[in-house]
Amino acid sequence: MDLISNLALGFQTAISPQNLLYCFLGTLIGTLIGVLPGIGPVQTIAILLPTTFALPPVSALIMLAGIYYGAQYGGSTTSILVNVPGEASSVVTCLDGYQMALQGRAGAALTIAALGSFAAGCFATFLIAVLATPLSELAFKFGPAEYFSLMVFGLIGSIVFASGSPIKAIGMIILGLLFGVVGTDITSGTQRFSFGIPELADGIGFVPLAMGLFGISQIINSLEQKEKREILKMKIFGFWLKKKDLKEAAPAVARGTLTGSFLGILPGGGAILSSFISYMLEKKISRDPESFGKGNICGVASPESANNAGAQTSFIPLLTLGIPSNVVMAMMAGAMMIHGIQPGPRVISSNPDLFWGVITSMWIGNLMLVILNLPLIGIWVKLLTVPYRVLYPAILLFCCIGIYSVNNNVFDIWLTAILGFLGYVFIKLECEPAPLILGFVLGPLMEENLRRAMLLSRGDPSIFFTRPLSLLFLIMAFILLVVIAVPAIRKKREEAFRDEG
Amino acid sequence: MHIKNPKDFKAGLLFILFGVAASVFARGYSLGTAAKMGPGYFPLFLGLMLTALGLIISLKSLSKRRETTKKELIRFRPVVFVLSSIVLFGLLLYPLGMIFSTLLLVTISSMASDEFNMKVALWNAIVLTLVILIIFVYFLQFQIPVFPAFLRGRV
Repeated sequence: MDLISNLALGFQTAISPQNLLYCFLGTLIGTLIGVLPGIGPVQTIAILLPTTFALPPVSALIMLAGIYYGAQYGGSTTSILVNVPGEASSVVTCLDGYQMALQGRAGAALTIAALGSFAAGCFATFLIAVLATPLSELAFKFGPAEYFSLMVFGLIGSIVFASGSPIKAIGMIILGLLFGVVGTDITSGTQRFSFGIPELADGIGFVPLAMGLFGISQIINSLEQKEKREILKMKIFGFWLKKKDLKEAAPAVARGTLTGSFLGILPGGGAILSSFISYMLEKKISRDPESFGKGNICGVASPESANNAGAQTSFIPLLTLGIPSNVVMAMMAGAMMIHGIQPGPRVISSNPDLFWGVITSMWIGNLMLVILNLPLIGIWVKLLTVPYRVLYPAILLFCCIGIYSVNNNVFDIWLTAILGFLGYVFIKLECEPAPLILGFVLGPLMEENLRRAMLLSRGDPSIFFTRPLSLLFLIMAFILLVVIAVPAIRKKREEAFRDEG
Repeated sequence: MHIKNPKDFKAGLLFILFGVAASVFARGYSLGTAAKMGPGYFPLFLGLMLTALGLIISLKSLSKRRETTKKELIRFRPVVFVLSSIVLFGLLLYPLGMIFSTLLLVTISSMASDEFNMKVALWNAIVLTLVILIIFVYFLQFQIPVFPAFLRGRV
């Protein structure tokens, strides 16, 4: 069977000593930053992008992917033990996880979080393996019109499921598309928006943009807030789950896994959305909704499984269609392009070892995380005592050295400072930077496909409405827009994101 | 005139600014036709759309009630010290080399924190410089000027 031989190829790649090492490093770094509040997978991937240049692309992607799903594990640890979500995707885990810890069941909460994540990771890996080939074959049938409409749908979708004002998010997308236009136009060779600066001829670099908007601006913003972190001195005992816990939690894990896997594939989906929705769902179907927020184990099991499943299945649209569905995937797309691989349906056929290697590494990585996380929890909790004033200069330094090393020029460092300031202004004006990055990654692709579609139709824009698949994507995008505009749904959406703060 | 939501108003203005600038510059590139788009077509389209969105956001902010009530907090210390330490690092990397610019970057950026402590900052700077030397220069073999220019000799 194809699936088995593909997976075998994947394991062969992923299990080489070098790739195992980078998988381990990625999950370790991911857990580490997952534990530390104030630094998330997006910033970390941005910061570490340059250091992966020297690696072969497979190892680089394995490591970066490990950071993403590793962060989901680490984030839950601090949510449970100190009521500080290390990641946005572990916010809901605080609600019941911390209560469990207060009741002396911290060990059980941590164990179910780890086991749930592992189960979810296994299922998601399997799902990617099954869906990848048919989806990428479908993508081969897409013409430029379909691609353009799919990207419109993807970008609109990313707004619906993101927090904040939708209309401002659309503005940020367009701004991102414009940033993507900067540099030499491929068709005509014209320099656009480069203002005679030779370093801008190749466009705004992905690394300075990502680091500026997510790294630098976040640091400035955190420094404005007062540092507050309470460490709970607590003995963690009783790792083993009681039979009753397991019986209650197992179906919740299954539900969370399914919810997360589905939501991860959607545009705009991923770990954060998955954890929120699955928690709400769990509360809704529970026979005893009152017990949520008071240490119900399902309130930990379900969202923790969901965020891990969502983190992994969000790779599907990227690797098969070439459309990043959230910021982290935009980062992965950036990483692939830096290594000279265009994300999209061709990845499976042209780099099968890369594709299947990365996917199977996720399964191996999940296994490592279970082994890594439970015994090392004491160390992770100690890490929380590292004060931010020591941490952030180190982050800044890694940023600067990393940016410089991309092209060996200092212009990129200045560009990062400028974009960092811009990112800071965005935070102050409550404009989410995530849609901008998505627009930036998709900008050149969108323009190219728009041009090609219009060339094929001899300038007739109706091509987007007469091709059935293209029309379908546009209708779905339109429905999403209507959904955001309906006041009742809008209120619900804001409610769901309120806790995220 | 009373602006109900100053954040949205300013965000709208920012979009208008970017949109108008993009449209003006895009006019300078050849537009082409819908069937054969020139380099100016897509950016002009985006610029106009962004301007329109900016106008809508700004106009809406005049009447709409504020939805969020986050406390406003703008302080200059973090912005100034963080950004200037980065710019300075860029300026000094070639003439002073990585070691000295790293020491400066860490020390100056540490001043952005309310809990700045010279001793901690200096120790942090020294340790991080060593870490960079070991990881990036020795192991990863990054091509980066390590010593000041006058010690490196002619480049």
